[in-house]
Amino acid sequence: MPTDLVLANSAWTDATIKFGNSAGAVAGFVGILLVIFFAAGRAGGRFTRPLAITVMLGPAVLLLGIGLVVPLVRTVYLSFYNDDSTRFLGGANFGWALTTSHIQEVLLTTLLWLLIAPLAATGLGLLLALLVDRMRGQAVYKSLIFMPMAVSLVGASIIWKFVYEARDPSQPQVGLLSRVVIALGWEHPPNWILSQPLNTFLLMVVMVWVQTGFAMVVLSAAIKAIPDEITEAARLDGATGIRLFRSVTVPMIRTTIVVVLTTVMITTLKAFDIIRTMTGGNFGTQVLANEMYSQSFEQYNTGRGSALAVILFLAVLPLVAYNIIQLRKERTVR
Amino acid sequence: MKQPTTRTTAQPGAVRKAFSSPLASVLVIAVTVLWTIPTVGLLVTSLRPKADVASSGWWEVFVHPNLGFENYHAVLFEGGFGNSAGLMPFLVNSVAIAVPATVFPLVLAAMAAYALAWVRFRGSDAVFFVIFALQVVPLQMALIPLLQLFSGGAHLGSVTILPALDLRGTYAPVWLAHTAFALPLAIFLLHNFIAQLPRDLMEAAIVDGASHFKIFRSIVLPLCAPALASFAIFQFLWVWNDLLVALTFAGGTPEVAPMTARLAQMAGSTGQRWELLTAGAFLSLIIPLAVFFALQRYFVRGLLAGSVKG
Repeated sequence: MPTDLVLANSAWTDATIKFGNSAGAVAGFVGILLVIFFAAGRAGGRFTRPLAITVMLGPAVLLLGIGLVVPLVRTVYLSFYNDDSTRFLGGANFGWALTTSHIQEVLLTTLLWLLIAPLAATGLGLLLALLVDRMRGQAVYKSLIFMPMAVSLVGASIIWKFVYEARDPSQPQVGLLSRVVIALGWEHPPNWILSQPLNTFLLMVVMVWVQTGFAMVVLSAAIKAIPDEITEAARLDGATGIRLFRSVTVPMIRTTIVVVLTTVMITTLKAFDIIRTMTGGNFGTQVLANEMYSQSFEQYNTGRGSALAVILFLAVLPLVAYNIIQLRKERTVR
Repeated sequence: MKQPTTRTTAQPGAVRKAFSSPLASVLVIAVTVLWTIPTVGLLVTSLRPKADVASSGWWEVFVHPNLGFENYHAVLFEGGFGNSAGLMPFLVNSVAIAVPATVFPLVLAAMAAYALAWVRFRGSDAVFFVIFALQVVPLQMALIPLLQLFSGGAHLGSVTILPALDLRGTYAPVWLAHTAFALPLAIFLLHNFIAQLPRDLMEAAIVDGASHFKIFRSIVLPLCAPALASFAIFQFLWVWNDLLVALTFAGGTPEVAPMTARLAQMAGSTGQRWELLTAGAFLSLIIPLAVFFALQRYFVRGLLAGSVKG
């Protein structure tokens, strides 16, 4: 017991110091802002507007410049250089990425993720959105299905690692999936996480588990926003069930469906936590986002890592362009 | 007085009606159960003694209930993976990272959103669109240069623009990175909200002689409290759950790394001790889940602000 107490004591001291730092930073930040606001608020005359713009917009623009714009330019630059950024290589890093068979596999796996996970999550979310609204206690169902959104992808991976845990069939099973299929009569189920290409799909299940609730909540809001007059009119015209769904509901919420698909796709493309935690990219499960990280930070090849980041960016670009076009359209409508 | 129309609001959508049947209910309940079981399994396992976890599945607990909090004590204070001192410092780091990384971008974004919406200048629309577009830069692209900037400073030729900042072992790089990465979305969402404040109110305040700073503090901030709250929850969960930024800027040491970084290490290490791993994982879920269930309404509103247009 005494050792416990000592450990606990030092842990509390550690916590006090760290929370102190953190609270100090917040207090300092707010304090500085208050002083600047007070001082700038006193300045009058023709400086008022430029001063307001500088003080209010300045910090955000500066941080965005340092944190996103400069790095963006710099990553593109680095992608043309060798591992320690001393020798210009031209397009060699990109050539390497497109011709190495390992990276080709990674790109293929990433593509599979992009095609399957978002469609599955959005499709299931749409189905649930349609089904759940009329049920009693819908708030409970919605909360429970939406809950994984609050869980980190690392947490989700550990949860699912435990579901997929495989043991020799002669031993008592700890993993739920093995237990269920053995109970169903499959005597020698595979070691889930090690079997290719099954494992990639099992990892996608985790992403779908996390994202379906998001799709459901957003799509359900969109369905509720459809004016009842429209569905009523369609029903008077004789449309029912699936037909009504296909020719009225889906067209009315098409924009939202696309937005949800885009959001899930961008998350899928950038997320690397699931693969990192569950397989570390081994056993043929590697994706672009994780490969980029390991090239840069584990194999210390900045050039190749940057080239993969650029490829990732180019892959997101069409999705972004589409979103901006949509946004501009909306602005002109307003 | 106009009579309120009862017909449309009272009647549920015909599509939903068409889809509602006992079969539909069964399906929804089945999905809900499927969605919840993995988390329940995690919780139950984290409460079982080590020997039980190793020798039988968690569902056995319904036959032989045997639960306690020993794993939590062990994983928090004793470690159990190598010679680490347990998860407690990492849990503290998570809180110490998440709170400032929520406050900083929120305040800066609100200020910028106000300036873009009400202190308009030539080119403010262009600035707004550029900021919106920055949402899509993958974080992966920003990591290496930002890390190099922190460790080596910025130079143009032989001129030092920014000296190397020795920020290793502090939270500052993590806060800065999270703040910068959160700004595009935060400015976009808050701008939508702040731009809709009534024009009369703003003009009246200016006529009364209030400066932009005073208007921001005493009118804008209180009025957009709901939007700020929803974004704060969103950002808090996002920072709390982040792994990529944490791994890059905080490494995996007990000084600054958050729970996610340590858990990912634990999950990857061989010789798994499920009772500790599950207890650790559940510890990392408690705070976000509490935030989620307590403030779900605001959280959903924050999500919808970004994804359902109009």
